[in-house]
Amino acid sequence: MAEFVDGYLLPGLWIVAKILMLAVPLLILMAFLTLAERRIIGAMQMRKGPNVVGPFGLLQPFADAVKLLFKETVVPTGSSPVVFFLAPMITFTLALLAWAVIPLDVGMVLSNVNVGILYLFAISSLGVYGIVMAGWASNSRYAFLGAMRSAAQMVSYEVSIGFVMISVLLTAGTLNLSELVEAQRGMWFFLPHFPMFIVFFISVLAETNRHPFDLPEAESELVAGFMTEYSSMAFALFFLGEYMNMIMMSGIVSILFLGGWLAPHEMLPGLSVLAPIFTWIPGVLWFFFKICFCLFVFIWVRATFPRYRYDQLMRLGWKVFLPLSLIWLVLTAGFLVYTGKLAQ
Amino acid sequence: MIIATLAFYLFAIVAVISALNVIFQRNPVHSVLWLILTFFNAAGLFVLLGAEFVAMILVVVYVGAVAVLFLFVVMMLDINITVIREGFLKYLWVGATIGVILLAELAVVFGGWVMSPDAQKLRTAPAPAPDALSNTEALGSLLYTNYAYLFQAAGLVLLVAMVGAIVLTLRRRPGVRKQNIHDQVNRRVQDTLEIVKVETGKGVS
Repeated sequence: MAEFVDGYLLPGLWIVAKILMLAVPLLILMAFLTLAERRIIGAMQMRKGPNVVGPFGLLQPFADAVKLLFKETVVPTGSSPVVFFLAPMITFTLALLAWAVIPLDVGMVLSNVNVGILYLFAISSLGVYGIVMAGWASNSRYAFLGAMRSAAQMVSYEVSIGFVMISVLLTAGTLNLSELVEAQRGMWFFLPHFPMFIVFFISVLAETNRHPFDLPEAESELVAGFMTEYSSMAFALFFLGEYMNMIMMSGIVSILFLGGWLAPHEMLPGLSVLAPIFTWIPGVLWFFFKICFCLFVFIWVRATFPRYRYDQLMRLGWKVFLPLSLIWLVLTAGFLVYTGKLAQ
Repeated sequence: MIIATLAFYLFAIVAVISALNVIFQRNPVHSVLWLILTFFNAAGLFVLLGAEFVAMILVVVYVGAVAVLFLFVVMMLDINITVIREGFLKYLWVGATIGVILLAELAVVFGGWVMSPDAQKLRTAPAPAPDALSNTEALGSLLYTNYAYLFQAAGLVLLVAMVGAIVLTLRRRPGVRKQNIHDQVNRRVQDTLEIVKVETGKGVS
């Protein structure tokens, strides 16, 4: 009995506690991200945004949640109910799953696996299932068209995301995310890989179905795309899943290009005066700041650019990003071999 | 160790059940969804074996790409199940005959199976010690040294398949208007716009 408690029960409880310590702040961040988006876009469009519920509108996300919770759940006739409700759950769960391998600080990671970057790629490529299943199970033309577009879009942009990831991991010489961040000490990868940083970020916008690539739910043509038939909490799960995906992708961008938990003073010699303050700020906070920066850019892009047309989207993915990232991969490998810096 | 054993049985049982469901589901889309679950459990079994690289590649390639395309195609089919069932008994003997022939051929092939001496040499080639390397490195160093030619040949086969698919589907359709970004960007105001002073009552010819 004692062996069972010490060997299985306590470690199990500790793992559950760690997961909660990671997931609960993420969910809170997600709630406030919905508010931040509305407030920031409001500011960019010279309006106020939601500012009535609570101080600065801080309670707005909770008011929205309660509102959605009390709405009626409608299941369309002729739909496939199991798949219909499985779809939003998959979308939401996948966005949380990725955090199992994302390191927040030195050693602060749920599971320090050796193939972390592959795991992230695998998880982010599964996001398409939630949308495709929703579109199919809804038994509606708009939803189906949205799902078709989404499947094509996400498969196209995954390819360039993969190639960019390979360039980065060639430079770092490891698939382990903690080692990847440590490899960026002194030089965050967004500087040597600057064109790929841009390509990756734009592909991430497409992968998360955010503006200007939100064709799967283009409301001017498809009502609400794959979400047309969803209401109440099923809709909320989709809606929040999109925000969880944004946070997850921002985390991936920070890890791959912005040096994860590293403070900026080691890269910029001009900032060495501030080194005591910067090292005093814990790595988790630096990681958080970088995620917030990426999220801000997400919202900024939404407020700035009009939606792409479908053929333009496909052209950008296959005819611009794919060759560009492929050439960059060859260049990176060639440069590393030529200078003898290739990790052994 | 007991957890690993339990996990093995969990993955194995779910894999078998979902594989059976792939065959027995009436709705092809449900079949594909069960197939995805099967892939996942196979990946779980690979992780238990300590082959995490293969597990991740299985998820990336099969679940992330192949099954998406399956789903993409199957969703667009308008299959009437009852029509398919009608011909079931009629064509049963054709399927059964092909199955028996294949089985017989397999028996013949495996009955006279002799390992070629080269393959035996490759097999005994020094593989890196499992503890010293992570399994990504181990796989990479094997693939790009001992099996480099086979690996390249596999790549070429895939390339041929890809070129074939493109050749079969690519057709030039006349009369389709396409956006030419290069032309658009290179347009100048002088080339396209002409400012004309029009006299009253004359118009422009």
